[in-house]
Amino acid sequence: MSFAALIPSLGSLSAEGDGGHFPPTPEGFWQPLVTLGHIGDYPIVITRSMVVIMLSVALLSWWLVSTTKRAAVVPGKGQHYTELVYNFVRNDVAKDMIGSKDFLRFVPLLFSLFVLILLNNLFGIIPPIQFPTMSRIGFPIALTLVVYVVYHWIGIKKQHGFLNYVKWMIPPGIPGWLLPLIVFLELLTFFITRPLTLALRLFGNMFAGHMLLAVFIIGGWELVQADTFALKFVALPAWLMAFVMTLFEGLVQFLQAFVFTLLAASYFGSAVADEH
Amino acid sequence: MLQLTGVRALAASGDSQASAPPILPYLPELIFGFVAIGILYWVVKTKVVPNLEKAYAARAEAIEGGIAKAEKAQAEAKAALDHYNAQLADARGEANKIREDARAHAAQIVAEMRAQAQAESARIVESAQKQIEAERQQAVVSLRGEVGRLSTDLASRIVGESLHDETRQKGIVERFLADLEAGEIRPVKVGGTDS
Repeated sequence: MSFAALIPSLGSLSAEGDGGHFPPTPEGFWQPLVTLGHIGDYPIVITRSMVVIMLSVALLSWWLVSTTKRAAVVPGKGQHYTELVYNFVRNDVAKDMIGSKDFLRFVPLLFSLFVLILLNNLFGIIPPIQFPTMSRIGFPIALTLVVYVVYHWIGIKKQHGFLNYVKWMIPPGIPGWLLPLIVFLELLTFFITRPLTLALRLFGNMFAGHMLLAVFIIGGWELVQADTFALKFVALPAWLMAFVMTLFEGLVQFLQAFVFTLLAASYFGSAVADEH
Repeated sequence: MLQLTGVRALAASGDSQASAPPILPYLPELIFGFVAIGILYWVVKTKVVPNLEKAYAARAEAIEGGIAKAEKAQAEAKAALDHYNAQLADARGEANKIREDARAHAAQIVAEMRAQAQAESARIVESAQKQIEAERQQAVVSLRGEVGRLSTDLASRIVGESLHDETRQKGIVERFLADLEAGEIRPVKVGGTDS
C-alpha cells in the first residue's frame, strides 16, 4: 500500500469508531475525577492532576523525612540517594548560581521545587499514572508565582524600597536618551518575561511531550484496530517510536525540572547580588 | 486510553473547562499547586534540610577533626623523639663524664699506691739499715771484748800470771782500743828496733 493511500484511511479513522480517540486534543488534559459542585458555570472538581500532585507531596515527604530522620555522618542507602539529589541542588545549582555567601537560605525552596517538579514530570512516563502534572498550567503558574514573589521580595528588601530596586536593575553607564527604553526593557524582563517564560517553558514541554506520546501510543492502537492488515503492521513502528519518545521524554522531564530550578536560582542570585 | 475515552465523554457533556484554552489555569489546580509546594517546602525546611546540614557539618568536622588528631599525634611523636634524643645526649654526656672520672680516679689510685709503696720501701730500707747498724755495733762490741780478752790472755801467758782483774780494773784494753781508733797509736812492728 502506498503512503498516499494511507492518508484517506487515517482520515476516516478519526471520523469513525466510538467517539474518535485520534488525534488527541487539549481537551484530553482536563480529567476531573470527583465533581464537588458548580459556581455558576465554573465546575469545582478534584482533577487527576490534583490527586497526583498530592500523592507526589506525600511520597516525597515520606521518603525525605524517613531517609534523613537519623541523618548520619556515614549515610545509609536511603540517605545516600537523598543526598545525591540534595547535593546536586545544593552545590551544582544553588551554590553555583547564588554564591557561597547566601545560597544556604534558598536551598530548601530550590530543593522542594526541584524534587516536586521532577517527580511530577516523571509521573508522565511512570505507569500507572502516566500523566505529567505540569501539563496543567495551574501548577507551573503556582510554582512560578512563588519564585516570582521571593525574588522580588529579596530584591526590594536588599535595595531598600521599590524605586531603588528599579534603579538597581538599570546597568550603569547608560546614556540618558536610552534610559526610558532600558527601564522599559528591564521592567519587562523582571516582571513579565521571566515569570511567563518560566511557567510556559515547563508547561509547554510537559504538555507537548504528553501529546506526542499520546499520538504515537493511541495512534498505534487505532492502527491495530483498523481492518486492513497493512495498517495493523504500521502500529509496530508507531509503538517503537512511542518507546523511543518515552525515553526521550524522561530526559526532557529531568531537564525541565533542572532548568526551572536553575533559573529560579539564577533569579535569586541576581536579586541578592550587589550589582546588576 | 480509557481515561481519554472518559474525557471525551465529559467534553461531550459540555463541561466548560474541557474546552477552555490549555494555557488558562484552572483555579483549584493553581491553589493545589500552592498548597503542594507549601507543604513540601515546610517539610523540607523543618525536617529534611536541618538534618542533612547537621550531618554535613558533622562530616566536615569529623574530617577536620581527623586531620587535627593526626597532626596532634605527629607533634606528640616529634616531641617524644626530641625527648628521646635529648635523653640520649644526656646519657652520652654522663657516660663520658663517668669515664673521665674513672680515668682520673684510677690515676689517683695509682699515684697513691705508688707513693705508699715508695714509703713502704723506704721504711723497709731504713729499718734494714738500722738493724745492720745495730748488728755491726754489737759485733764491734763483742769483737772488742774478745780482742781485749785475747790480748789479756796473750799478755797473761807472756807475763805468767792472770792479768784479767787488773786489766779490767784499769780499762787498759779499752783505752788502747780507743786510742787505736783515734789514731794515736801507730801500728808497731813487733820485735822491730828502728821505732
